[in-house]
Amino acid sequence: MSFSIFLQHLVNGISLGSLYALLAIGYTMVYGILRLINFAHGDVFMLGTYIAFYAMTSFFLPWWMSFLIAIALTCIFGIILERSAYRPLRNSPRISVMISAIGASFLIQNLAIVIFGGRPKAFPIAPIFSRILNIGGVSIVSVSLIIPVITAIALYILNYIVNHTKVGMAMRAVSRDYEASRLMGIDVNSIISFTFGTGSVLAAIGGIMWGLKYPQLIPLMGLMPGLKCFIAAVVGGIGNIRGAVIGGFILGLGEIMIVAFSPALSGYRDAFAFVLLIIILLVKPSGLMGQNTVEKV
Amino acid sequence: MNKKNTLTLISIIAFIVLLFILNINLGIYQMRIFNLCGIYVILALSLNLINGFVGLFSLGHAGFMAVGAYTCALLTMSREMKEMNFFLEPIVPWLKNVQVPFPLALIVAGIMAAIAGALIGAPVLRLRDDYLAIATLGFSEIIRVIFTNTQSITNGALGIKGLPSIGITGKTWEVVIWTWGIALLTIIVMVLLINSSYGRAFKAIREDEIAAEAMGINLFKHKMMAFIIGSFFAGIGGALLGHLIGTIDPRMFFIVLTFNIVLIVVLGGIGSITGSVISAVVVTIAMEVLRVLDGDIIIGGYMIKGIPGMRMVVFSVLLMMVILFYQRGLMGTKEFSWDWILNRKKKTVKS
Repeated sequence: MSFSIFLQHLVNGISLGSLYALLAIGYTMVYGILRLINFAHGDVFMLGTYIAFYAMTSFFLPWWMSFLIAIALTCIFGIILERSAYRPLRNSPRISVMISAIGASFLIQNLAIVIFGGRPKAFPIAPIFSRILNIGGVSIVSVSLIIPVITAIALYILNYIVNHTKVGMAMRAVSRDYEASRLMGIDVNSIISFTFGTGSVLAAIGGIMWGLKYPQLIPLMGLMPGLKCFIAAVVGGIGNIRGAVIGGFILGLGEIMIVAFSPALSGYRDAFAFVLLIIILLVKPSGLMGQNTVEKV
Repeated sequence: MNKKNTLTLISIIAFIVLLFILNINLGIYQMRIFNLCGIYVILALSLNLINGFVGLFSLGHAGFMAVGAYTCALLTMSREMKEMNFFLEPIVPWLKNVQVPFPLALIVAGIMAAIAGALIGAPVLRLRDDYLAIATLGFSEIIRVIFTNTQSITNGALGIKGLPSIGITGKTWEVVIWTWGIALLTIIVMVLLINSSYGRAFKAIREDEIAAEAMGINLFKHKMMAFIIGSFFAGIGGALLGHLIGTIDPRMFFIVLTFNIVLIVVLGGIGSITGSVISAVVVTIAMEVLRVLDGDIIIGGYMIKGIPGMRMVVFSVLLMMVILFYQRGLMGTKEFSWDWILNRKKKTVKS
């Protein structure tokens, strides 16, 4: 393999990894606070992409405005999802909440099939994203470079919110100890809503960029990326934002590199994430960046 | 005690007679749905054993079903059928000439699924709750990906078509005896298992793992046991499903299949055999009845245009309502018992 081809794969891997990282953060933040695998997160991601698609094709809005509208609507949708599907079960066993998440995901997918139709749709791509750049003999589609940049900006803002604002401090407090933070006067419900909103915004950004990179929309498009990104979150250490980003990049780069280095294994690409998950769970169940917790009676 | 046993025996015989009556009177389409009900009873019970009675939230059922379905299909198909299916890449020689009777193939399918369950269970049963769920889901997905890629054994993404009909003779009247016969057998095995000392150990593990361990229950042994028995029946259910439909391919065993069975178990009540049986039958029939919604409906001369996929939306809305407002499901952890019916009769007589 020549160096320029390797570079091309590397760029692809990094942009896929960025997308996984954006989605994985949503999982890790929700899990950190509610101890819940939000199975519907992948469908929120799908919804974001579809809203952007319809804003562009049915309402003929310019791409940047469609993207902003999609991000805003997806954010609202994420908050509504939490209110209707998870909040009523706040004091129920964890298993019931997880089943509710599965049910919600099921409902969103079926609604999407009815509303959007099951046939694949082509995501319209503005010329700025499809330009082919030639850098030192390596030709790269511009979207592959834009994705990591946007992701870096989003992560920087998220990092600022979590570590340097009052809301972020409250989020960290709730994820550390739910009951104690309530006693300290934190409005836990609004913090949870904020977390879902933030996660959904990141999912929408990821979804739109996913559409730009892999421009084929189907109602079930969120299922596999959703599962994989949850795995990325587990690999990085669930509840840890930095871990989720690292996990996302490991997964994205790993998938691309497996196909690049041994094309014979390309059929097993989808299994890579799951094999990685099982290895991590057996070797270091708390994930790369996670802390070990011991169950107390 | 004796009276109850007689009652059970009578109702089982009555049920078998009912099977024969239905077999004669129902059309092919209705019979097919009825068979599907039986298969879903088997699947729901096997999942309920793992998820409901031992409290291990496993999402790997589709994987075990795939193992069972493929094993049974490859063992029962004739050499000519296999050659017809494997046109892209010939089937491996050692599988080509194997053809065994259906009952034997079904048992082997169950055993293969149980072996898969044992291999998967050994490493992942150390995990808890959500980690276990996602790890079993991962394994089931790995099984699916492997089956998609082993072209010369499973025919890959093309799938296998032309599976022989369920039964030894290949006649249609035999199908219902196998599906509901095995469903009945599964119910009996589950009832006996749950009421044995193993069953009590399972429930103890579900209620509190640490307390159960302190009471001297071997956690790993019991979890493995439930997992292996569960995957055995999942394999058999998968095999029957494959043969009923007549064609299998890896996409059939996607995660969504597991979710369907989980939802049936939830609707019936996690940890209730009766609930799972009722819910499996009701859900399977309801899914067919709701098919009305997909087509055009005429009410008082007005035609409402049908939207394809609407039945799934209605179904998932109903499901969410059960999950949110009626969490215990149909039966909770309660079971059907003769005492309950007999007592009720006495009460009505008194009043």
